[in-house]
Amino acid sequence: MNEKSTAREPFVRVVRRDELPMWRRFAIRIIAALLSLIVCALFIFLVTRSNPASVYRSLVDGAIGTTRRTWSTLRDTAILLSIALAITPAFKMRFWNIGAEGQILVGGIATAAVMRYCGGLSPFLLFTAIIAASLAAGLVWGLIPAVFKAIWGTNETLFTLMMNYIAIQLTSFFSIVWEAKKGSGTIGTINSDTKAGWIPTSFLESLFGKSNYSIIVLLVLVLTVAMYIYLKYTKHGYEIALVGETENTARYAGVNVRRVIIRTMALSGAICGLTGFMMVSGSSHTISTSTAGGRGFTAIIVSWLSKFNPFIMIVVSFFLSFMSNGAIQIASEFKLNESASEVITGIILFFILGSEFFVNYRVILGRHHERQPRSAGKEGQA
Amino acid sequence: MTQTSATTSAPEKDVPFAIELRGISKYFGKVAANEDISLSVRQGEILSLLGENGSGKTTLMNMLSGIYFPDRGQIFVNGKEVVIRSPKDAYELGIGMIHQHFKLIDVFTAAENIILGMDGQSGPINMKAVSSSIRELIDRYGFSLDLNRKVYDMSVSEKQTVEIVKMLYRGASILILDEPTAVLTPQETDHLFDVLRKMREDGKSIIIITHKLQEVLSLSDRVAILRKGKYIGTVSTAEATRQSLSDMMVGERVSLDIDRPDPVSPKLCLKVNHLTCYDKYGVKALDDVNFSAYSGEILGIAGVAGSGQKELLESIAGLHPCDGEFLYTDNTIGATVDLHGMDPLTIKKFGVALSFVPEDRLGMGLNGNMGMTGNMLIRSYREGPFHTIMEQRRPRELAEEIRKTLGVVTPSLNTPVRRLSGGNVQKVLVGREIANAPRLLMTAYAVRGLDINTSMLIYQLLNEQKQKGVAVIYVGEDLDVLLALSDRIMVLCGGHVTGILDARTATKEEVGLLMTTHGEE
Repeated sequence: MNEKSTAREPFVRVVRRDELPMWRRFAIRIIAALLSLIVCALFIFLVTRSNPASVYRSLVDGAIGTTRRTWSTLRDTAILLSIALAITPAFKMRFWNIGAEGQILVGGIATAAVMRYCGGLSPFLLFTAIIAASLAAGLVWGLIPAVFKAIWGTNETLFTLMMNYIAIQLTSFFSIVWEAKKGSGTIGTINSDTKAGWIPTSFLESLFGKSNYSIIVLLVLVLTVAMYIYLKYTKHGYEIALVGETENTARYAGVNVRRVIIRTMALSGAICGLTGFMMVSGSSHTISTSTAGGRGFTAIIVSWLSKFNPFIMIVVSFFLSFMSNGAIQIASEFKLNESASEVITGIILFFILGSEFFVNYRVILGRHHERQPRSAGKEGQA
Repeated sequence: MTQTSATTSAPEKDVPFAIELRGISKYFGKVAANEDISLSVRQGEILSLLGENGSGKTTLMNMLSGIYFPDRGQIFVNGKEVVIRSPKDAYELGIGMIHQHFKLIDVFTAAENIILGMDGQSGPINMKAVSSSIRELIDRYGFSLDLNRKVYDMSVSEKQTVEIVKMLYRGASILILDEPTAVLTPQETDHLFDVLRKMREDGKSIIIITHKLQEVLSLSDRVAILRKGKYIGTVSTAEATRQSLSDMMVGERVSLDIDRPDPVSPKLCLKVNHLTCYDKYGVKALDDVNFSAYSGEILGIAGVAGSGQKELLESIAGLHPCDGEFLYTDNTIGATVDLHGMDPLTIKKFGVALSFVPEDRLGMGLNGNMGMTGNMLIRSYREGPFHTIMEQRRPRELAEEIRKTLGVVTPSLNTPVRRLSGGNVQKVLVGREIANAPRLLMTAYAVRGLDINTSMLIYQLLNEQKQKGVAVIYVGEDLDVLLALSDRIMVLCGGHVTGILDARTATKEEVGLLMTTHGEE
């Protein structure tokens, strides 16, 4: 037995970090993103034997290669961002609203209904009616689980999830009721002749060119700023943060917890409903069970990845839309399945999410006796 | 740093130390929780580990019990260097730690909890044989414990007993107790100390973490003192005094006397009549409680943890459903209203402030994810000139003021308060409640987890409020403090008021007895 440490030590240890300076946190994330691109390139090369650079080029080409593609990427960004904005207040309140899909669909159904039945109204009245109807539909869909949660303490996760299926079934139902051709089971383009209730795509045509989606994009940008202010600077936003942290503290502050839950979910559902309007009126001009297309769930990733900050959500939802639109191009150009792009998005997300671990923790390898004492300044001077 | 001096560390006596730490350091980010700490415990010895909150006592012991791993340094158990990677490693070395928060399964009996998680042969457990071997341990050391009682039926002291017996049954020869007396009555504390002394005679080594000087002096053989993560020294208890220990612990001379100015023209402020309420499980938490609080007076409330203190304050603050009457007299205008049935907001408007520091500090009263500024708004976010937008400037100024006057240590006003140390969290809470300029100030466990200096500061703040004519209700744990600070002491036991005493004449024993008067079912 000598005095030198003979005992075995753990090889890897994980230690929580202090708050890192802003630029280092971003540096870690950027390194992760670059690494992910390298891994994707390897994946592409090994699986398809194509040149990764040309695949990446066609990815960019697919997303922003032409004005039309750019606008459609921007539109998808806006839609995804809008859903993320909608669910954020609920998530901040620790109300797990995974029912955005359903709330979007009922908003879409309401839009389609008004477009079909009130197509003769003047544009101003028509849009007022459509917006009101879609907001109301989403609001009701969000309100139902909230009321049950607030009064009887039901589990909102299961509840909102199941409400999605009801909304999907409703959509199927109306697909039959409103079907374009007997037996087709689809609604087809609504008001294709009059274009009543279509969000105009020629807004500021001189500036943005033909068939632009500037109205949707601007609308969502306004929503982004409004949501940022709502969450950060208003009394409502403060109450949401209190309820989300501890209900006891909220009660102590005199917050009516039930009312906040109901109010916040009404807002969350209403914005989802409005997004349904943007999808139907602004882009597809029809509705089907795949209108929401899983974006209600993708938005959850957007919201969390952005740490509930609306401005970061812009970046995240743009990235995801960019990837998925670029992927379509890869698929057609290289005769790959569209899943290839999903793999790529998956790899990139994995790296970005994984980098959060390195933002929060430090990994120490090897024996601790040899380690120099960590000077307190070292970490700080960065 | 290399450990070249191989010769210096051999134990002087032929019996090796039960535990020896050499140069142990542990960092959390930039913060040195422990820095180069070396200390030892002999076999058959009780060592007190004394230090203020945040001095690194628990961190150090957590490295012995396998919860943390040291960044530097060596640990020797019975003269042999060891590496403790997990609580399981610690068990195998005979080290058992009793934490402040018990880790028991409520629906299991004492015996079931004791054998839970132990390795054994396959097949059914012979509970009878197990029970008799546990019983043998209980008799040897003089514990009082019913092995078949379920944990949810137990008092805090019984739960603690289960934890200790569990460690002994697993063969622990080195016991670490983290502030074991915080939740005990004086009588229960005495009993625990008797048991610990018997274990010492039996050759066990015991480390007791504490910041109560009286306990150190009455129980331990030696005292090791930590201050701000650094090792200050070890002294033999026989040569130590309260003042000398406190000086070492704080690093400067601290007056241990609490002021008690005489009440100035006390007027009835709150009269509570027939207060009865139930806890969340439907068990009666308070039974026909009657008392009065006067302006310019500190009413101390004593009782074992969970005797109804929490429900009492929450009921008055409108946070807990209850029956009864709270006749509140506003002495500035001479009107009297019944606060019962009003919501917390309305009650607050009458000048009733509640500074409640629950066991988990951030559970009520503060929002851990918000910074100091955000937390200032909890009570006042509705105020301010705008309807929907919150005011930002005033809370920031208030936060800054509290940071300055109470010396809150925080990187910035926006650092989430959960990252602050317990003492700083408390300062934020108490500071905010006092800033509300209340007429009735209720505080629960206001100094829980605070160091001596800060505690004295809080007492002083309470006295200032009292002299301003505020009626102060102070729920406390430390009887010495209650007796020194309060004008009157009300004792709660099992939801009943068992006595209201004049704190100037009452003794600790009297209060201790009242704390357990109606405890039995």
